[in-house]
Amino acid sequence: MSKTIRVLVTKPGLDGHDRGAKVVARALRDAGFEVIYTGLRQTPEQIAAAAVAEDVDVVAMSLLSGAHNSLFPRVVECLKEHGAGDILVIGGGVIPESDIPFLKEHGVAEVFTPGTPTTVTVDYIRKAMAERGVK
Amino acid sequence: MKEKFEQIALEKEKWEQGPLAKILTKAPERPHLPEQRIYTPLDVDTSEEHYVNKIGFPGQFPMTRGGQPTMYRGRLWTMRSYSGFATAEESNQRYRFLLDQGVTGLSVAFDMPTQIGYDSDHPFSEGEVGKVGVAIDSLADMEKLFEGIPLDKVSTSMTINAPAMVILAMYQAVGEKQGVASQLLRGTVQNDNLKEYIARGTYIFPPRASMRMTADLFAYCKDNIPKWNTISLGGYHIREAGATMTQEIAFSFANAIAYIQQALDVGLDIDDFAGRISWIFTADINVLEEVAKFRAARRLWAKILRDRFGAKKTSSWMLRVHCHTSGSVLTAQQPINNAVRVALQAFGAVLGGTNSMATCAFDEALSIPTEESATLALRTQQIIAYESGAADIIDPLAGSYYIEAMTDKIERDAEELIEKIEKMGGAVAAIESGWMQNEILNSAYRHQISIEQGERTIVGVNKFTGGDVSNVNLTKVDPSVRDVQTAKIRDLKSRRDEAEVQAALAELHRVAESTENLFPATLRAVKAYATLGEICDCLRDVFGEYVAVKTI
Repeated sequence: MSKTIRVLVTKPGLDGHDRGAKVVARALRDAGFEVIYTGLRQTPEQIAAAAVAEDVDVVAMSLLSGAHNSLFPRVVECLKEHGAGDILVIGGGVIPESDIPFLKEHGVAEVFTPGTPTTVTVDYIRKAMAERGVK
Repeated sequence: MKEKFEQIALEKEKWEQGPLAKILTKAPERPHLPEQRIYTPLDVDTSEEHYVNKIGFPGQFPMTRGGQPTMYRGRLWTMRSYSGFATAEESNQRYRFLLDQGVTGLSVAFDMPTQIGYDSDHPFSEGEVGKVGVAIDSLADMEKLFEGIPLDKVSTSMTINAPAMVILAMYQAVGEKQGVASQLLRGTVQNDNLKEYIARGTYIFPPRASMRMTADLFAYCKDNIPKWNTISLGGYHIREAGATMTQEIAFSFANAIAYIQQALDVGLDIDDFAGRISWIFTADINVLEEVAKFRAARRLWAKILRDRFGAKKTSSWMLRVHCHTSGSVLTAQQPINNAVRVALQAFGAVLGGTNSMATCAFDEALSIPTEESATLALRTQQIIAYESGAADIIDPLAGSYYIEAMTDKIERDAEELIEKIEKMGGAVAAIESGWMQNEILNSAYRHQISIEQGERTIVGVNKFTGGDVSNVNLTKVDPSVRDVQTAKIRDLKSRRDEAEVQAALAELHRVAESTENLFPATLRAVKAYATLGEICDCLRDVFGEYVAVKTI
């Protein structure tokens, strides 16, 4: 059984820089995924609730304000609290390399830093979903 | 009258059909170049009439060649370094350091909670306190921020929009405590909320309430803080969100037209406030296009102010430009390369005649700047100012066929786009429908695809990659800043005159419901040490909050 991959693109925290999130959202949509964009200023609780309500396979977070070490792990926790710990969580933005191991330890599957081609993100999601049997 | 230059046209045709055609068959040009390869007198209007009416002299209509008669020969542009992080105490140290290094104006970055009107102890502030700027919760923080910095000696630009009135009231109150009259204060608040809805995202209130607060600030400053630049309209943020150069000018000018109309509607005279409108534009890396952009923008603005709004003062026609070098072209890969990008951007802005500038530090695609990288960014401006010679001659690229043709084209394209927005009902309508947001996203997406498909080369990103040996030290903000701020708020609330705070907030609430100017009541609340969050909550209660249009 195959279904279209569904992705929630979201902006946790107060950061207003949404160029990256929107460009990635559009690229994912053009790649054939179903994309839901939450808009700005989402709390981790709101993101988890939206992910469950929209029945997504992937939560893609973008953050440029430096709050990633606080907020990304909180989103992972909230998804678990909602019984949705199986959703693939990825992130991107202005994130120093040195923070990436910490984020991965806390359930963020992959982190895409500035300059990453959108095709890399698309391919990553496809591969990860294929491993889970979602196409 | 445009001259015909028949001989040039003939010679050009001969050249195209002869040597040019011959070499193109043997060696084609590089791909993805602009269509027109060379500019000649055929591309510009070389008549005396055109020079007098459209180019002219600096400090005179139509301002194409610059805003002041002597430009940098009289006074160099104001050199700023956008900075602020962690607590007011730490940022104060950085400002004093920068002043010692020769900055001629401060440029304050506030953290996200401050920009959106939340105190540091608010649940939404988790993870954000002191990260992208300094945390300001009350007048007490503002006093620390400017401790030892006499406000009559420095010009301070503050990147603050939705709570601009609250922050400016705090600045005035700090001035009073230092014994500096509000009439002497110099600086800028950004105070441009329309671009927050379309590009930058730090909005609080719905557009119409924001427009009122902007106009109230204009009116208050006219009588009380007359040297203050009451708005800094953002083309920068629109461009950085992905807009083209034409959209940068047209969207920000359309926003400006909306603010001006609002101020006229509340009874101000155009010449009472037009001279206090300032701008922030991007200094991007295509040096020659940027020079043409600044020239075109100055000319178009002068025309709008004089011919559309009937402004009579020369100072009302002048486009006061602060530019910030583009952050979005900086790369996380091979970050030291960014120092070169910044130098080119800054050089272009100077050739274009900017009045003020802040240069990015090379590590900004990774984190907020270190003291070392911030110093290099400032030194870049100083080298251009004192060594390059670019500041010694006014508008030195004028008369270049290419620059003049581009100046004409950018002006024409921007003017057409403004007309299109007017037909939609103006900027507020174009924002409320999500049209502007979608146009910017279309441009951003095209830009991204052009990089991914290799049409556009970014050194170190899609070409000349690898060999990244840079070992960059990054500024880390201590996560305990939030705890420090929270303790300060608790302490403040236990010490202040609570009855006065509540009375001031009740008065602010009443004024917000009326049509009276909001500034005096805001100032009273600030002086009573009501927190930024308390003041903004009071206004949220009356105005409500903006709900974004979500376009992808």
